[in-house]
Amino acid sequence: MGKPGRTLLAKIWDQHVIAPMSEDTDLLHVDRHLLHDLGGSRGLLDLKSRGLTVHNPELTFATPDHAISTALGRIGTSKIGQDLLAALRVETTTSGIQMFDIDQPGQGIVHVIGPELGLSLPGCVIVCGDSHTCTHGGLGALAFGIGSSELTHVLATQALIQRRPKTMHVRFEGRLQRGVTAKDLILALIGHVGAAGGTGYAVEYAGSAIRDMSIEGRLTICNLSIELGAKMGLVAPDEKTFEFLRGRPYAPQGEMWEQAVNAWRRLPSDADAVFDREVVIDVEKIIPQVTWGISPEHVIGVDDNIPDPQAIADPARRAAVETALDYMGLKAGAPIAGTPVDWVFIGSCTNSRLSDLRAAAEIARGRKVAPGVRAWVVPGSETVKREAVAEGLDKVFVDAGFEWREPGCSMCLAANGETVGPGQRSVSTSNRNFVGRQGPRARTHLASPASAAAAAIAGAITDVRTMGR
Amino acid sequence: MPKAFDKLTAIAAPIMRSNVDTDVIIRIERLVGNSVRGTLGKWAFGSLRYLPDGSENPAFILNRDPYRLAEILVTGPNFGCGSSREGAVWSLQEMGIRAIIGSSFGDIFFANCFQNGILPVVVDKEIVDSLAADIEATQGAGRVSIDLKAQTIVSPSGKQHTFEVDPRRREGLLQGLDEIELTLRRDYEIRAFQGADRGARPWIYFAGKQA
Repeated sequence: MGKPGRTLLAKIWDQHVIAPMSEDTDLLHVDRHLLHDLGGSRGLLDLKSRGLTVHNPELTFATPDHAISTALGRIGTSKIGQDLLAALRVETTTSGIQMFDIDQPGQGIVHVIGPELGLSLPGCVIVCGDSHTCTHGGLGALAFGIGSSELTHVLATQALIQRRPKTMHVRFEGRLQRGVTAKDLILALIGHVGAAGGTGYAVEYAGSAIRDMSIEGRLTICNLSIELGAKMGLVAPDEKTFEFLRGRPYAPQGEMWEQAVNAWRRLPSDADAVFDREVVIDVEKIIPQVTWGISPEHVIGVDDNIPDPQAIADPARRAAVETALDYMGLKAGAPIAGTPVDWVFIGSCTNSRLSDLRAAAEIARGRKVAPGVRAWVVPGSETVKREAVAEGLDKVFVDAGFEWREPGCSMCLAANGETVGPGQRSVSTSNRNFVGRQGPRARTHLASPASAAAAAIAGAITDVRTMGR
Repeated sequence: MPKAFDKLTAIAAPIMRSNVDTDVIIRIERLVGNSVRGTLGKWAFGSLRYLPDGSENPAFILNRDPYRLAEILVTGPNFGCGSSREGAVWSLQEMGIRAIIGSSFGDIFFANCFQNGILPVVVDKEIVDSLAADIEATQGAGRVSIDLKAQTIVSPSGKQHTFEVDPRRREGLLQGLDEIELTLRRDYEIRAFQGADRGARPWIYFAGKQA
């Protein structure tokens, strides 16, 4: 027998090894380093205090997204948010780093603008001081989040010391049922393998449902890799990937484009590649998903009942479910559908791209947000916003009673002060339903954009399939 | 510059729930700003530690003696999952935590610990459970010892367990090495890599500049 085939991960990894550090750890080259307002200037100041300069400013890009207000005119950005924005401007200018500033084309949630601008490319190693950097894996990049210390390391060296992860191969097979989206598939996977199921792994998503899926859907799938514990998730690049990237402002052009595509075609895992773990998901069994608890693994189909702790034998698991239900204010064993909501948030690096807004607008069109519900639509980027406006989506939302806002992370993590109130319940298209994630004592249910829009109209968690057109 | 870690004998507090995420360890609004370090210790585990009126929650273990003095946490599975915020590690460090023993950790949190001189120890869940039981049997008064060089943990009742740790990480912690400084010493290798890579993958280096 010959050598087994190589995985997509191995091909990208090996190409970036500057020097081996130990048996399983390498010094890797970083092709793209993305900075945002929450940690970008801190890293640059840290570097300065060490008497160092940015190793490759031309491979480093910045945008404000976390701490800026998403109100029209950016009214309400806190003093500290303004200070962070000012510091990011000053420090990127000093270092010669390109920044996509507010109101400029290119600004937006860092994980939305990378692919949109063609900064994120197949075969790239991309890092950012944000755990949802795995999003860019949807283009076939090896992308992952790093902490502040590693961020400074990358600024100083354009390299990072990393231990090679194990590999997991997740095949989504079959056709999506009506009302089911990329978000539902990845939530169902997290429910299946658990919030720690991917810890220590890089996950490659494959199978017919991924091949048939749009690039924006793949970005959503990869975005939630970290919620199953995997800091990297990726999809092999294919013709769809190349079509998505062709002509984007920072993508290669002309002869260099041809050269790049030729290289990218060699990236997919070989047919005989061996993974450390294989998971197969039958997509046809998946219905729209919604979370009920305080971890993304607390997820059920929208027509299911909330779990009953009394039915759980394992005491630790039973206690975990009790804690979650207590925090969420839900009744054990009751149907999740029909749970009244106070808020709906459509946005975040998970689900704020044009296709997400179209799906939500499709449900909202000609209907009205239920009385007592506040519903926000926060486009992922300046470009998404402009394209959505050109299609009239903003008008659809506003006519239905949604608030149409400026691009940013907003209420996903509430770093800019935009919060769901204590004890209030939100259906959100974001990625984390953690305790207090959207504000102190806020209760979050994760769902797809269409399901979130349906909840806004119904005033309660609703099976979007009953509202389809 | 990370602090060195060699050995530690200290009070240990079991926090055994699963999936304690970094939002629970430190809320985001505490981390907004460039001068938050040094202010975070009292906000660690805020949602568990304080009641809605701001007073201490007596039910939370770190509000009880002797656990208030804990320098070691013994944790349930997937501790530190979620965001990459290094502030989660800073906040624990600022409240005096120097080592965390658990069956699994969020990958990014795990790496962030080493960067700050905090030792995360991975052992089987049975060992974590037995340690927690041992600690609780002494109402927290019994000390836990961790020896990084010997790669051993000794429970309050004297049970010894061994643990595995990446040898490179171990060396870094024992000596308190600064990774940036070490990597910069190899800058000639980074530049040689980039020189060759510019020929192989020119599109990486000419983002938006070909036209």
